[in-house]
Amino acid sequence: MPESTFLDSTELVLNMGPQHPSTHGVLRVILKLDGEKVNGTECVIGYLHRGVEKIGENRTYQQFAPYVDRMDYVAAVSNGLGYCLAVEKLLNIEAPPRAQVTRVILTELNRIASHLLWLGTHALDIGAITPVFYCFREREEILKIYENYCGARLTTHAFRIGGLQYELYDGFEEQTKAFCDMFLPKVDEYEELLTNNRIWVGRLKGVGILTGEECKEYGVTGPVLRAAGVKWDLRKAQPYSGYEQYDFEIPTGENGDTYDRYMVRMQEMRQSVRIIRQAVDKIPSGPIMGKVPKVIKPPVGEVYVSIEAPKGELGYFVVSDNSTQPYRLRVRPPSFINLQALDRMVRGGLVADVVAIVGTLDIVLGEVDR
Amino acid sequence: MGKLFRKIFLVDLFQGLWVTFRNQNPKYIYTEQYPAERPKVAERYRGAPRLNINPENGETLCIGCNLCALACPEGLIVVTTERNEKTRRKELTTFTYDTSRCMFCGLCEDACPVDALELTQDFELASYTREGAIWDRQMLEEGPKPTRYRC
Repeated sequence: MPESTFLDSTELVLNMGPQHPSTHGVLRVILKLDGEKVNGTECVIGYLHRGVEKIGENRTYQQFAPYVDRMDYVAAVSNGLGYCLAVEKLLNIEAPPRAQVTRVILTELNRIASHLLWLGTHALDIGAITPVFYCFREREEILKIYENYCGARLTTHAFRIGGLQYELYDGFEEQTKAFCDMFLPKVDEYEELLTNNRIWVGRLKGVGILTGEECKEYGVTGPVLRAAGVKWDLRKAQPYSGYEQYDFEIPTGENGDTYDRYMVRMQEMRQSVRIIRQAVDKIPSGPIMGKVPKVIKPPVGEVYVSIEAPKGELGYFVVSDNSTQPYRLRVRPPSFINLQALDRMVRGGLVADVVAIVGTLDIVLGEVDR
Repeated sequence: MGKLFRKIFLVDLFQGLWVTFRNQNPKYIYTEQYPAERPKVAERYRGAPRLNINPENGETLCIGCNLCALACPEGLIVVTTERNEKTRRKELTTFTYDTSRCMFCGLCEDACPVDALELTQDFELASYTREGAIWDRQMLEEGPKPTRYRC
């Protein structure tokens, strides 16, 4: 710990975490307190470091695909999509249309699942117990779709380089449509519980303000950036996997406070349902796997591909030296970069606000530490 | 007047209770009575590995090609074969699968050219010892036998 942490005697240093339920994992935040006021923070990360990038250098391209699921385990499908798109770009191939539409449906379902888990745990941090049960109940339906589709619920390994391994199962369209119909009224139900709740508004309004300019300085992406009023979504800005065919809006906030981030995520869930409905109606027939060699040996080169994961911009930088294994693999995790803004948001607030702000950043420590 | 009416007849209370009782419908009960009742997992579920045998003569389907061992990211499958001098064919001698390191990604299943290795719907893999998690050929062919409880 640097010496600057211990300033004069009126300051109190408090360790929050790594075993603290509201840090959503093993994040340790050293708080410098003046009474109840936070004068500064320092994040200590790395408790969950598994060296995923180094593992990537020692595995073939196909073999590394299951490992990316374990970074952001709440949104494993999005991670898989990002990695597969990066290697596909390196190989200069594209997944067939049927695979692309299926990928869009599954990643959007994953966005909903991730936001549901965020909403449940965030509300739990603030003190509302009920939403977590409701959210997990609906998340279960999404996990059932995953289980039927690829045989796993959390670390799915649903996509392969060049397309998909599994054909859609019988009743996939019906189950997805039934979920969409069931889900929209449920979002209203969550809003009924929280949006105008006095405690909820009191705890969130004006807490942890991050303006658009500050977001850009820190490189913050995802719902946190959009809540500050910046209309930036990679699905619109640089469409991948055929996102340009779908009609949806980018929800934005105004003030960039915790309450706006909540509203943005609620709207995003509705927009995801909208995308899923459009995609399910037009799943084309055809092959699900492109022409991919059995042994993947991409030409020498490097590639950076980023997608809009539920938490922000998720990028994969892959360097190939024409062997079966990547020469270097670097991940740009959204949680890690969003976490930088914690100090800026917490400064001047109260200790109780730290819990709200860590929750609203929607970090997953598996992704922060990799 | 309306406010007084609401106060006397506890309208708000009943409104709140209605939300509670609306969710008491047995249709919305999601709790599983495990282990008395086992959940039915999906057909494609990736659980315990199994080495399939030919049901007619009990011979293994595995041809000992070693592709699963090469496909495995963790390198946890060990296949040994012996060449039969009479038929000039490779025959499987041992097959070891370390379930403690397995992440059930399904790559070995995809690699198998004869559908001998398969990830099944069995999901109870707990063991009292570390050695118990390393499955040999016999264990892989028979599958796990978890205790059945009756309640």
